[in-house]
Amino acid sequence: MSEASPAKAYGLHLGVIALLFVLSFLLPEYYHGLLARIMVLAVFAMGYNMLFGYVGLLSLGHAMFFAAGLYGAGLAVIQLGWSVPAAFAAGLGCGVVLSLVIGLLALRTTGVAFMIVTMMFAQVFYLVILYFASWTGGDQGMVVPQPARVLFFGATALDLTNPTMRYMSALGLFSLVLLITLAIVRSRYGRVLVAIRENEERTKMLGYDTFSNKLAAVVISGIICAASGAAYALLFGYVGSSFASVQYSILPLLWVLLGGGATTLGPLIGTLFMYYVIDITSGYTSAYLLIVGIALILLVLFFPKGILGSIRQRWLGWLP
Amino acid sequence: MMPLLTTKGLSRNFGGLRAVDSVDFTLMPSEIRAVIGPNGAGKTTFVSLVSGCIQPSSGMIVFDGADITGLPAYVRVRQGIAYTFQITSVFANLTAYDNVALPVQRTLSDGRSKGAVRAGVMAALERTGLADRAHMPAGQLSYGHQRLLEVAMGLALKPRLLILDEPTQGLADSEIDNFITLVREIAGSATVLLIEHNMPVVMQLADRITVFNAGKILAEGTPEAIRENVAVQEAYLGTAP
Ligand SMILES: Nc1ncnc2c1ncn2[C@@H]1O[C@H](COP(=O)(O)OP(=O)(O)O)[C@@H](O)[C@H]1O
Ligand SMILES: [Mg+2]
Repeated sequence: MSEASPAKAYGLHLGVIALLFVLSFLLPEYYHGLLARIMVLAVFAMGYNMLFGYVGLLSLGHAMFFAAGLYGAGLAVIQLGWSVPAAFAAGLGCGVVLSLVIGLLALRTTGVAFMIVTMMFAQVFYLVILYFASWTGGDQGMVVPQPARVLFFGATALDLTNPTMRYMSALGLFSLVLLITLAIVRSRYGRVLVAIRENEERTKMLGYDTFSNKLAAVVISGIICAASGAAYALLFGYVGSSFASVQYSILPLLWVLLGGGATTLGPLIGTLFMYYVIDITSGYTSAYLLIVGIALILLVLFFPKGILGSIRQRWLGWLP
Repeated sequence: MMPLLTTKGLSRNFGGLRAVDSVDFTLMPSEIRAVIGPNGAGKTTFVSLVSGCIQPSSGMIVFDGADITGLPAYVRVRQGIAYTFQITSVFANLTAYDNVALPVQRTLSDGRSKGAVRAGVMAALERTGLADRAHMPAGQLSYGHQRLLEVAMGLALKPRLLILDEPTQGLADSEIDNFITLVREIAGSATVLLIEHNMPVVMQLADRITVFNAGKILAEGTPEAIRENVAVQEAYLGTAP
């Protein structure tokens, strides 16, 4: 894992970022908007992958971290009238606090118990959102008004509802998180996380406090997912409770499984692929979810390591 | 001189079985101590208690003058107790390099530099004769080489007490000679507690020998004294003269 030359690894990732940048000027309007959304959701998947792929902790409650960012940022704008950067920071802050608390509690368990505990906490979070409907809009959700989605740099106003601005903001966040993930997995800390995934008891016997390392990973994962949620609220203007539902805990798992767990670019590929398949099949039949389900089953059966994981295994061993 | 390691009344039960039974044990600094005894005598359980892998049912462990009985394993490792497992448990999917990099990067005092990790890893791999296999997944190494990788990982922890649990199992004769040289070298900077079945290895290396039988210490002494000991011959060598 750590042996790929840095130039090769960073070159590939910068190449992907450059490609996404160029696509902004080539794509027709519909796909342009879709790709912006996919990049934001790929950030969610990258956050999930940090914990699931690299540490081997399967959470079924990550919707709560996405929703913490979504509601943290959304409520800050709508209810408190905060500016865009302050609201984004509020979303991140909610993600940090929530993931720290959840990590401290849920990491007492492992395996199936960890899955169930995280799912229960996410369900509680979802019900809390519905309960405080007068603040959160309940199951109707809230729309972030367009005038509030403008970023001011002195006299310059950057309108996040403008398609190009929105695309570039999404790309900016995606690129930042991608490069941070790459740096983490290539670092000494990344090596310890993989060791914990492979054999936690042995890692302890090398002098590592595995609990603290796992807790840090939960918080990093939580911040990244919250960043995705906060960006979603500010770029697409909708804050809804469905994003806190169990469906949004399972989606990032599917995206990562599809693209390839423990690969830095897998989350993007998985998210892209899923949207692409949904897009194509929904044009032909109303039973498109059935087809998506079958495609997923086939992939997991024949490519258990996901798209990029299989490519790494067969051809490109150096992929981070 | 203060002992490096002392246990007092150390016991561990598995159900009704007393695998380690009220063991009082003392180890002096910079000694090479061999622990021998028949299979199931409780040797692995005893060193697992010392390293913190498992918890004692009763008794006390003192390392370098401090009671460590209640400390978690990772803290004991940081205090200088390294344990190489009898049942090979290297990280099979990681390269030999990464396996050794894990202990090296933790014990590194100068913080950041990438070169320091590489230098430390290659030094440990060279000492164990694995340098040319650095980039193989550990799971693809031969059994003997996986044992040596365990030793390299233990070395890389820069321990004050290195516990080796049957390290020569699966090694070829030529590799055993290198191994004996290596342990002598290690003993220059660390105390070695060596569980070993291979009697020639024990006789060449040990300053003193402790004999376990049925969870208890049956005898203790110099290699010569142990060789002459009748009780040991009956219990372990199975040949009363
Ligand atoms: N985890 C365990 N659970 C139950 N019994 C165990 C366990 N570990 C060891 N034992 C038993 O304790 C005794 C001592 O085992 P061990 O310490 O492995 O002996 P040795 O290393 O001297 O061969 C054996 O009878 C073994 O079956
Ligand atoms: Mg044993």
